[in-house]
Amino acid sequence: MALLTLDQARLRFGGIVALDDVSLAVEEGSIAGLIGPNGAGKTTAFNAITRLYRLDSGDVIFDGRSLRHTRPSRVVRLGIARTFQNLELFPRLTVLENVLVGAHVSSRFRRERDVRRDALETLAAVGCAEHANRPAAGLPFGTLKRVELARALAAKPRVLLLDEPAGGLNHEEVDELAGLIRHLRDERELTILLVEHHMRLVMQLCDHVHVLDFGKTIASGIPAHVQRDPAVIEAYLGGELAA
Amino acid sequence: MRGRLPALGSIAAVAVLIAVLPFTLSSYNVSLVAQVGIFFVAVLGLNILTGYSGQISIGHGAFMAIGGYTSAVMSRDHHTNLIVTMLMAFAICFVLGLLVGLPALRLSGAYLALATFALAISVPQLPLQWSTFLGGTGGVQSHTTVSDRWIYGAAWSCSAILFLLAWLILRGRVGRAFRAVRDSEIAATASGIELSLYKTLAFGISAAYAGVAGVLFVMATNGFAQPTEFGIILSLQILIGAAVAGLGSLWGILAGAAFVGLLPQVSTSVPVIGSDHGRDVVFGLMVVLVMLALPDGFAGLLARLRALVRA
Repeated sequence: MALLTLDQARLRFGGIVALDDVSLAVEEGSIAGLIGPNGAGKTTAFNAITRLYRLDSGDVIFDGRSLRHTRPSRVVRLGIARTFQNLELFPRLTVLENVLVGAHVSSRFRRERDVRRDALETLAAVGCAEHANRPAAGLPFGTLKRVELARALAAKPRVLLLDEPAGGLNHEEVDELAGLIRHLRDERELTILLVEHHMRLVMQLCDHVHVLDFGKTIASGIPAHVQRDPAVIEAYLGGELAA
Repeated sequence: MRGRLPALGSIAAVAVLIAVLPFTLSSYNVSLVAQVGIFFVAVLGLNILTGYSGQISIGHGAFMAIGGYTSAVMSRDHHTNLIVTMLMAFAICFVLGLLVGLPALRLSGAYLALATFALAISVPQLPLQWSTFLGGTGGVQSHTTVSDRWIYGAAWSCSAILFLLAWLILRGRVGRAFRAVRDSEIAATASGIELSLYKTLAFGISAAYAGVAGVLFVMATNGFAQPTEFGIILSLQILIGAAVAGLGSLWGILAGAAFVGLLPQVSTSVPVIGSDHGRDVVFGLMVVLVMLALPDGFAGLLARLRALVRA
């Protein structure tokens, strides 16, 4: 049963068709990948799902319910949390406070002490506990990526949207991240959709891959099949995937 | 808890000092320090808006005017107890602040500054428009007037209560939401924070604080509310006080309030230019110097000193 569905989504910006009749479904409990060359519409799809962008037509369906009239701030309350490609942290808040803001929707009527303890545990789960009391501004990109992941987790979501979680990581770190994401999925019963350029991560991790190019779906299926799809190889100009 | 001891200790020391001062100072100096307490309330309120939620206002003198007139009119017409008028001013300005916060949602930065500036200019004109009710240029005389000591006690009691209230609001979920909105609206929204709710709430709270400061301000001018007292300069003084205090922190408010409350009086006696404007020149120069030396205000200085002590 698909927990999250993008149904015939269309979105134009001026003359550019950012999403052209895109339909994709993410099965509950699975890890799905959304890939494609730069400018294919991957982050746009995330912004449409989280209602930062309003679709021209089509719909986002989460747990059987249309999000067409959902306010952007309600999305996370319903159970969809996300990270950002180029980081959207709160620079003047400490790392711990960033995660505490992430817990905004999950911490109502809870005691501050308990909320803080949970936030510290979440930070520890992504390996950033030692930075808890530092200001977010000034920490390395890779660390901040993890802090953002912790902030998204703090909302206790059912679906996690990860925008290029492996950005700026080397091979070993990518393998470690793959392990972490799988662990979080199992432990927290998450459904994950991730945008990623690192094919190594996508191939290791994803149960299903959806490929976009110029706003259109060009392939969709299990990673091994998608990897051999001529249209996909063409889109990447025989780049990373063929190698 | 141990980390809080120095903070609690300094608060206690300041509280004792403020409690003892009126017994040692002359009546004139008591009224000066009372003035600092009045600014304390206003600066604290503006800091919640500008420092925490990231919305600038050059119009808080308008809310002080509304609070002050509320008190004077209620006292004149109904002989209402002054403490009660403070609660009324708090409530009325809270609601008006929420309402002003709504159009402010569409503005930020320089545009918000200009819009609030317009507020500071226009509100003091209202008594001229409705001169029978609001006394026109002549102002409104409260039924009750109080002594300097009374104002001193009221101003610093309000400061203490409202400081505690601000601390309670800002230390947890709501305060973090304010600061999150300030730092990144996109990330705040993605975290489930309703921007319009928290931005207008910050406006309401900070206007309510200004309203209470306005009541005290009118008491300090012998219970006389007059349009000219609430000019643009007052709004600017509050903003300067908040900047000197340090935006986004509660620990410099006293310094910011003392700066705008005392400096204009003290600088009168500096014999630089020997004209009426000498005072303004000294005040302006001091603002520039302080902002150059302490870009994060007094609170920033305290934070740096604390880091030095720990290192």
